[in-house]
Amino acid sequence: MLTRRDILKSFLGLPIALSACKTGFPVSDIDGEIVGASNNIGHILREKRNFEVPLDNWKETKVAIVGGGIAGLTAAWKLKSEGFDDFQLLELEQKIGGTSASGTSESISYPWGAHYLPVPFKENAELVRLLDEMSLIESRSETGELVIPEQFLTRDPEERVFYKGRWYEGLYLTAGASDEDLRELKAFQTLISRWVDWRDSDGKRAFVVPIVNCSNDSEVLALDKISFADWLTKNELKSPRLIWYCDYACRDDYGLRLDQTSAWAGLFYFCSRVPKSGEESQPFLTFPEGNGRFVNHFVLKTKEHLNRAQIAVELIPNEKGVEVVYLDTKTNQINGLHAEKVIFAAPLFTTNYLIRGFRDNPTFDPTLFQHNSWFVANLFLKDRPKNNFERDFPLSWDNVLYESKSLGYVVATHQKGMDYGATVLTYYYPMAEKDLRQGMQKLLSLDWKELAEICLTDLEQAHKNIREVTTRIDIMRWGHAMISPRTNFLWSGEREKAQKPFRNIHFAHSDLSGIAIFEEAFHHGLRAAKEVLA
Amino acid sequence: MNRTPLLFINVFVIATCGLVYELLAGTLASYVLGDSVTQFSIIIGLYLFAMGVGSWLSRFVENNVAERFIEIEIAVAILGGTSAPLLFLAFANLSYFNLVLYGIVFGIGTLVGLEIPLLMRILKDELDFKELVARVLTFDYIGALAASLLFPIFLVPTLGLVRTSLVFGILNASVAIWGTWLLLPLLKPHKVKLLRIKAGIVIVLLAIAAIKADYLTVLAEEALFTDTIIYAKSSSYQRIIVTRGRAGFGLFLNGNLQFNSFDEYRYHEALVHPAMLSFDEKPKRVLVLGGGDGLAVREILKYDSVEKVVLVDLDPAITELSSKLPILAELNNNALKNERVEVINADAFVWLDDNKIEPFDVAIVDFPDPNNFALGKLYSTRFYKLLKAKLRPEASLAIQSTSPLYARNSYWCIVKTIEASGFNVKPYQTTVPSFGVWGYVLAKLKPFEAPKTIPTDLPLKFLDSNSMASMFDFPLDEAKPKEEIEINRLDNQSLVRYYEAEWRRFE
Repeated sequence: MLTRRDILKSFLGLPIALSACKTGFPVSDIDGEIVGASNNIGHILREKRNFEVPLDNWKETKVAIVGGGIAGLTAAWKLKSEGFDDFQLLELEQKIGGTSASGTSESISYPWGAHYLPVPFKENAELVRLLDEMSLIESRSETGELVIPEQFLTRDPEERVFYKGRWYEGLYLTAGASDEDLRELKAFQTLISRWVDWRDSDGKRAFVVPIVNCSNDSEVLALDKISFADWLTKNELKSPRLIWYCDYACRDDYGLRLDQTSAWAGLFYFCSRVPKSGEESQPFLTFPEGNGRFVNHFVLKTKEHLNRAQIAVELIPNEKGVEVVYLDTKTNQINGLHAEKVIFAAPLFTTNYLIRGFRDNPTFDPTLFQHNSWFVANLFLKDRPKNNFERDFPLSWDNVLYESKSLGYVVATHQKGMDYGATVLTYYYPMAEKDLRQGMQKLLSLDWKELAEICLTDLEQAHKNIREVTTRIDIMRWGHAMISPRTNFLWSGEREKAQKPFRNIHFAHSDLSGIAIFEEAFHHGLRAAKEVLA
Repeated sequence: MNRTPLLFINVFVIATCGLVYELLAGTLASYVLGDSVTQFSIIIGLYLFAMGVGSWLSRFVENNVAERFIEIEIAVAILGGTSAPLLFLAFANLSYFNLVLYGIVFGIGTLVGLEIPLLMRILKDELDFKELVARVLTFDYIGALAASLLFPIFLVPTLGLVRTSLVFGILNASVAIWGTWLLLPLLKPHKVKLLRIKAGIVIVLLAIAAIKADYLTVLAEEALFTDTIIYAKSSSYQRIIVTRGRAGFGLFLNGNLQFNSFDEYRYHEALVHPAMLSFDEKPKRVLVLGGGDGLAVREILKYDSVEKVVLVDLDPAITELSSKLPILAELNNNALKNERVEVINADAFVWLDDNKIEPFDVAIVDFPDPNNFALGKLYSTRFYKLLKAKLRPEASLAIQSTSPLYARNSYWCIVKTIEASGFNVKPYQTTVPSFGVWGYVLAKLKPFEAPKTIPTDLPLKFLDSNSMASMFDFPLDEAKPKEEIEINRLDNQSLVRYYEAEWRRFE
């Protein structure tokens, strides 16, 4: 049995745990609950129960899509926009959208996970088409690059970082940096610039979105064999601020620590959105509801094909196609679909449990597609959190705590220009444990009260009045949040194997890129849709 | 020992304190309610009448006259000493301020009126009647003279109203303690100690109030302002301060001057009339964003053609103050209570994004300077585009745009941003002594010429056709800078950064 102090120490570190240690769990005035992410339902799969579909409960469909995250929704959107109507999508949660889901309360929308999209290069034509369809593009510049209406680009001030009691502008901690720190930062940027401009003999970039367009030159792929931490050491970069900055990037984008992340993935984060050296990284498209904006658009276009709270429990490939057995989690009724083809847009580790016969004849090793765990808390505030000092840098879009293991929080009202009164803060905490499985078990062992206390204790360092202004905390435990681009995974060849269909089952998930970002899920959704239409 | 001469000093102090309290009440009332002739007249009259009541009441004091006398002195110390802070608090928080004001004046007058007859009765055995009346009244009137000279020359300029009140309360209570020695033979021995303790407690409490007030709110801020603070309140959005000085009164939001009553007409005439006169027809529907003080609305209502004014200001505390603070309501001519005016409390940025409303003929944009990101968004291309959607094609627009002299890049950044949002612009500037050189932008959706004439029937104090024409000329040191100026967008907030860099030079 863990004490409160043990939990705080384990999640936030000893100094914060000590500073917070009063008696008991003082969150009694604050409402809230654990929402969504039906971890229990998901585990029905592992129990290997025998699901018998009553004869009347079978339906026919040409294509079944399993999974309603961005990949599955993109596939649905693509089928629909090609005039293809004979498909059904099954999503296990009541709330569709996977880690791009969002919520709404009293006119404030807020994200439950992914919350921005870097403006794509003009070469990413399919994604550009989506943005056009959503009226997110104002015009094109003379060189053809996209001009986005300013209300959809992250509103300034974008980020600030909290360090030793004060907030500072930016993400890299410049305040108090020594000459050596700044020299190393510059050296790091020079290395990044080199990789931004790097081209192989075919003219391919080392790092670009989607990953499928990256060079497979051995010089680049060698980066996947070492960790990002080792790469920094190899380049004699050891400034604590720089190390923190890179570690933050890994935890933020991949849910992994610096020493777990492949150097290829680390450099991908810093290089893939910079058009050329000396230029700024692509700006972010963002919305109060985060990437829920895209989910809502896909839903609008495909809603009559979406089936929520329906968990696929077995896929049985045969000569005619695939039989899809699924369970209505509300009524417990078992249904079946006779599908010609399936787009499998669920995490790949589930293939062993879901697809009959896969375990005996695997086309790839699903156990290599390891996910990591997060929790996301939405704090409903009746007023703004106060800074400790009046002249501190003001509330920004992204607010990061240098001394914390969390990623800080984003402010839902920031983009709308609502600068006073009630707001919602979305607080992110990646487990980033050495053993990813243990991270998940640790997360699932904590209840609402304990998780709420972690996030309040953390934020209290920066905002003394956080408990007074918070009225409610809802928490999502993402047991399988996203794929982990660990060392030696991305370019091991396993991803390529998984892109081949298993009989009539076509895989589509960001897992196939090894990096869980919108563009990759979108890419695989499109690819699979094209495959089944072919 | 003959204590009589020392008791005359007592008369002197009592008279001084009494008149100081009366002057405090009069000054405070004319500060917050305006119309000083009426206020002083009522307060002097009421005070003298109350003294009469006190004198009459003295006949009911039969025994222990010396003890009563000292007790009354302590009571004056309490009521007079706390009068100014009490009145300020009452003004900020109560709707029946006048009742509290007249109650306090009447109370002090009555107590002071009791004192002199009682003192004369105490002294009547020491002197014959002729001497007594002559001396007591002499010192009484000398005390009054001293107070009336000290008050304007020394007390108000150096101590301010609140501290003057507290200091004189302490002085009053000290005299009461001293009185227990002077009148020792006339007091019952066991009462002496009690009276000294009472007076001592009053001194301590008033001293604590003086110190507390000093570093808590009112007086701490007083050090920041050259003029006396007559109203101070924190709303959900900002700190609101109204000050009163020799020239007029001023409104400060978070320490930044919004206007001073003695020259605000220059600012508001220049803000409103060029835009009103640039509209192709007679303007009917006018939008005011910011400007919760109602002074721009006052100018707009000078046009009979105006049927509807919609004022959108963030802070209900400001728009309420503009109607409820008598000096301010008088200055804006009760503009916000006019039936043609609709007041909406909302962030203009959010309001413009949400509302589907009939388009306007003229828009007047009067926000505080862009000294933070929440204000910076109100000067962005996004904001001007939202506003554009609420205007008729032939509409005109005027925007307060900070000083082209002190913040030249900021000013031209605003001009450029409005232009980039699809407007034709005519920058202009004028001098408002409280602010210095001040800049505005006149804009329309279609190409236009700046207006040339002011109708002679428009009742103005500053602008005529010549002075209006001259506003559109910029001297060299305010003209558009040679270097490239950025456009203020939501995703760069360049203006806030220009503004901070430029105004920091003057801090």
